[in-house]
Amino acid sequence: MQLRHVVSVLTCEILSGDDLLDLDIACCFAADLMSDVLASAPNGALLVTGLASSQMVHTAEVADLAAIVLVAGKRPEVEALAFARQRKLPLLLTGLSMFEVCSLLSQHGLRGAVRKE
Amino acid sequence: MDRDSLYRESFPIKGDDFERGGEVATRVKGLLQQLGLPRDVIRRLSIANFEAEMNVVMYAREATLEVLVFPDLIRVQVVDRGPGIADIDWAMQEGHSTATEAMRARGFGAGLGLPNIQRNTDEFEVKSDVGVGTTLRYAVHTTSRPKEG
Ligand SMILES: Nc1ncnc2c1ncn2[C@@H]1O[C@H](COP(=O)(O)OP(=O)(O)O)[C@@H](O)[C@H]1O
Ligand SMILES: [Mg+2]
Repeated sequence: MQLRHVVSVLTCEILSGDDLLDLDIACCFAADLMSDVLASAPNGALLVTGLASSQMVHTAEVADLAAIVLVAGKRPEVEALAFARQRKLPLLLTGLSMFEVCSLLSQHGLRGAVRKE
Repeated sequence: MDRDSLYRESFPIKGDDFERGGEVATRVKGLLQQLGLPRDVIRRLSIANFEAEMNVVMYAREATLEVLVFPDLIRVQVVDRGPGIADIDWAMQEGHSTATEAMRARGFGAGLGLPNIQRNTDEFEVKSDVGVGTTLRYAVHTTSRPKEG
């Protein structure tokens, strides 16, 4: 699924990465707990989260995630946004809830991350 | 000990500085990328560095994270000054944590950090002196078969 498709399905506001909408998203990982993301999300995954602090962007950066969707109308902290732009990490906002986001992405064919051992 | 490291660089980390927690892991990732290391090696080290950095931010006063580059491995040591860990076996168990609600609100503090670091590294060691500080040493082999993750 292309990132531009994610944007249209979730009616996202694009805060960072509007030149990266051709990106292919392999799968999705949804969590508010960054240690869970670091433990289990495969690289290239789309991160769906309600965490607005700079740690969500650092998590995506160190774990090589493709992009971030911040849910439930939350706004990222100032440092988080600056950092996402600096590292060219797409950061999308949506007013939809975590459940609605996951449900819609799944309906449009995006798969959950497979946990690898 | 570090007799034939090809390169070494130190990064300071400040305790309680949640706004910046993660910046060191990200800067080190940039360094590892410049070294042209395999993507998987960079990822595993970066995840370990980030968890170690957040532990300093959450529990210690200050620390130095040092990266040592060897021909066949990258070694990292994180030496902090802080309360230390009284029971390392306890702290190493998944889910064991003394984190506060405020720490969990920032996405950490579920007791997964130290196990995450161990899982992502090929060598791992924790030493701690209660009331003095904690030293974490870990390494990832750069020539081994990648652990998929
Ligand atoms: N650098 C440190 N200094 C003091 N205590 C630490 C340090 N790192 C970890 N700890 C202790 O070990 C526990 C487990 O750490 P960790 O596995 O990273 O999980 P978490 O940080 O989510 O609690 C922490 O809750 C804390 O009590
Ligand atoms: Mg931790």
